[in-house]
Amino acid sequence: MEPVFRPASEAELCAVMTWALGESVPLELVGHGTKRGYGRPLRTERLLDMSGFSGITLYEPAELVLEAKAGTPLAEIERAVAAEGQMLAFEPADWGPLYGVMPGQATLGGVVACNLSGPRRTTAGAARDHVLGFSAVSGLGESFKAGGRVVKNVTGYDLSKLLTGSHGTLAALTTVTIKVLPAPAETRTLALLGLDDRAALGFFGAVARAGVDGSGLAHLPLAAALRISLDEVAREGTAVTAIRLEGTSTAVEERMAELHRLAAAKGTVAILDRDRSLAFWTSLRDVGPFVADHGTNALWRVSVPPASGAAVVAALAAGRSIEHFFDWGGGLVWISTPLADDGGVAAVRTAAASVGGHATLVRAPADLRAAIPVFEPEAPALAALTRRVKESFDPRSILNPGRMYPGV
Amino acid sequence: MKMPPLDEAVLARRDELGAALRAIVGAAAVIDNVEALRAYESDGLTAYRQAPMLVALPSVTAEVASILKLCGEREVKVVPRGAGTSLSGGALPLGDGLLLGLAKFNRILDIDYANACAVVQPGVTNLAITRAVEREGYYYAPDPSSQIACTIGGNVAENSGGVHCLKYGVTTNNILGLEVVLMNGEIVRLGGKNFDAAGYDLLGVMTGSEGLLGVITEVTVRLLKKPATARAVLIGFAANETAGDCVAKVIAGGIIPAGMEMMDRPAIHAAEEFCGSGYPLDVEALLIVELDGNVREVDEQIDRICAIARACGAVSIRSSANEGERLAFWAGRKSAFPAVGRISPDYYCMDGTIPRRRLPEVLRRMTEMSARHGLRLANVFHAGDGNLHPLILYDANKPGELETAEKFGAEILTLCVEVGGVLTGEHGVGVEKRDLMGTMFTESDLAHQQRVKCAFDPAGRLNPGKVFPILHRCAELGRVHVRKGQVRFPDLPRF
Repeated sequence: MEPVFRPASEAELCAVMTWALGESVPLELVGHGTKRGYGRPLRTERLLDMSGFSGITLYEPAELVLEAKAGTPLAEIERAVAAEGQMLAFEPADWGPLYGVMPGQATLGGVVACNLSGPRRTTAGAARDHVLGFSAVSGLGESFKAGGRVVKNVTGYDLSKLLTGSHGTLAALTTVTIKVLPAPAETRTLALLGLDDRAALGFFGAVARAGVDGSGLAHLPLAAALRISLDEVAREGTAVTAIRLEGTSTAVEERMAELHRLAAAKGTVAILDRDRSLAFWTSLRDVGPFVADHGTNALWRVSVPPASGAAVVAALAAGRSIEHFFDWGGGLVWISTPLADDGGVAAVRTAAASVGGHATLVRAPADLRAAIPVFEPEAPALAALTRRVKESFDPRSILNPGRMYPGV
Repeated sequence: MKMPPLDEAVLARRDELGAALRAIVGAAAVIDNVEALRAYESDGLTAYRQAPMLVALPSVTAEVASILKLCGEREVKVVPRGAGTSLSGGALPLGDGLLLGLAKFNRILDIDYANACAVVQPGVTNLAITRAVEREGYYYAPDPSSQIACTIGGNVAENSGGVHCLKYGVTTNNILGLEVVLMNGEIVRLGGKNFDAAGYDLLGVMTGSEGLLGVITEVTVRLLKKPATARAVLIGFAANETAGDCVAKVIAGGIIPAGMEMMDRPAIHAAEEFCGSGYPLDVEALLIVELDGNVREVDEQIDRICAIARACGAVSIRSSANEGERLAFWAGRKSAFPAVGRISPDYYCMDGTIPRRRLPEVLRRMTEMSARHGLRLANVFHAGDGNLHPLILYDANKPGELETAEKFGAEILTLCVEVGGVLTGEHGVGVEKRDLMGTMFTESDLAHQQRVKCAFDPAGRLNPGKVFPILHRCAELGRVHVRKGQVRFPDLPRF
């Protein structure tokens, strides 16, 4: 096992970085290590364990602001905000089980570093939309901060966006300030059975045009639907199209009536009450249908214009054995492909690019992740800019080098 | 306001540069005569004026790329400009620089209802986007008060907000893609019509970068479906404290209104006189709270808010009975700036954000400052998100008053930072708050921001003199301070 640094203060972290900088020793950044299988495999010899930075340092519900050290377990934060009737509206996913780790271990810093979000992405945004500020130590061994502790702020460059989703390649986050929001009083889901992909995504469009504000729009074709436990699917043996409504009980009731009217014309309808709704969307958020494929399949996360989702799948499915499901009203397609032919990389990327989207290889054996680009390759001018940004914050390449792209 | 020193060598080559620009965009799109240049000498922050050396008005991305490449090669500074409505001097020209006007980029390229987005050129005004899609029941959410004039390119550059951003977010939460030309003439596309862009979130970094990182030539915005109904309620209070208390209780009660604005007595009177919105005149503070959604949902939320307001001691409550009334409620607030302009020869608009609970203290201390400086103050306030807009009333024709107003403004912003807030909530740093950046950020914080600048524009030619009090040389920032041997293998827990 590789040697581990586990600093517990900013001064200790700066000391580690300064040493690593001087010796040009690359470090792998981890919180609780739930997503070490995400990204290109690293060739680092030392771990920088950030879990020593733990604890909520400020929580002001009426200001909608929470600040915590980066290694704080997300579960601890979610418990604290739930106690005040609030939530992290971006619905951070727990990808631990995807990589064979027990659920509930993820840290705030890890979720921010990977810019994870959930089904509510379409209405509430991703992690990047909820990070208000941070403190960090960059690859220059210097501590710095950006943003603030208020929900509206344009003072200086928005480095919170830059650090969110940077996969630990620019700086080690020590503290993160996030926006919190009131949790909805009521949540219910309408499940429509038996639609094919195209009809399902068309239905999402009709729902949106009718002004029914769904905070979760997912479609699982039969194969994926059978992988989650839903009585209606087991009974009917059909695909399931799900729309979540959240808000005051009056709002949910009003919208459900309208939604029901639209759905009844399309097929069999079932309503999931609060508990079943929560379980369903949590499973989808955490890519539940494909957790079990570990080691046998490549898992792709394909981000496309929502109305193009079905066409992308249709192009890919021709002559290939794939499984998939849609989130974000069709804008997010999870695709499980056989490992042969490099996990179908050429076909997946061609299909995504043909509609202006992009594909990320979220899970695959390390040799495949080393052999093909995990993240969508960038056009030359953009790739050069990305490299300059990396060099600006981490000139000696000591922070997760190569996690995103070669050298980055 | 100290700007970078004029580069005499560049000024000496002004005519050559003008000829090279004409070769790119044609003679009609280059402005070089002194009279015409004066039209560009300031933006919405009219206290500062400086005519540019030259103006170029390109109309396609390739022209922008050629111009930036040319300016890079000839060591000429470039200031991008949309409609010139910046309130922080973001588009203030440089005497030895080219002003790059994007006004000709005024077309809506694609309206894609199926994907709820629109692709527009940067010179399209904010309101024009909503106007183009409203017949289908859609709108573009961020609504800065200047929306009739300000352009989407400028909105992206400043990360503009508006009165509805508490619920619907600011610009950065409402755009999906950008086309950007870098100072070296390279064109990059960030994001698209999908929700998550790949790679580093440079879309997020560009948004709010105040024209220092690249020139925006295309924007993909999200479109939202207009809610079934919207209603507003006017709530008057006898004291600022109780109004602030009411705002906190609404949010703590789990309600995020579509908008929640507060005005103090001077602002209420100025707006009422200007617009006749029906504001109560016998109150110290007025809240405008707007709820949107389905009909019964909105009615129910209005009832809850009125109950909270009554419990907080509201002295008057009036909810809009119809759409005309709702718009009238907003008309006063949205024209608060020109309304104040009528009661004072000049005004200076500030833009700090504070934690809301510190509001009574901040208002009290601002009143003290007002007395000390002998200048009147009117306050409008995005109460939901703590974004203050104190308006300092002064007369530029009275010797020394502008300087006093600037000093007063700096004190207000320093106070915002002192109570845990920030220098600017939505107007940007520009030249206006540049020299106050040190009150909020350390040397290291600013150095890391400037490292981003170095990645985009290493020679520092794009909009210099804005945002940063001192622009470090990139070579200096790039130096790695290795203290090899001094830091021994650190004594840290290892296992």
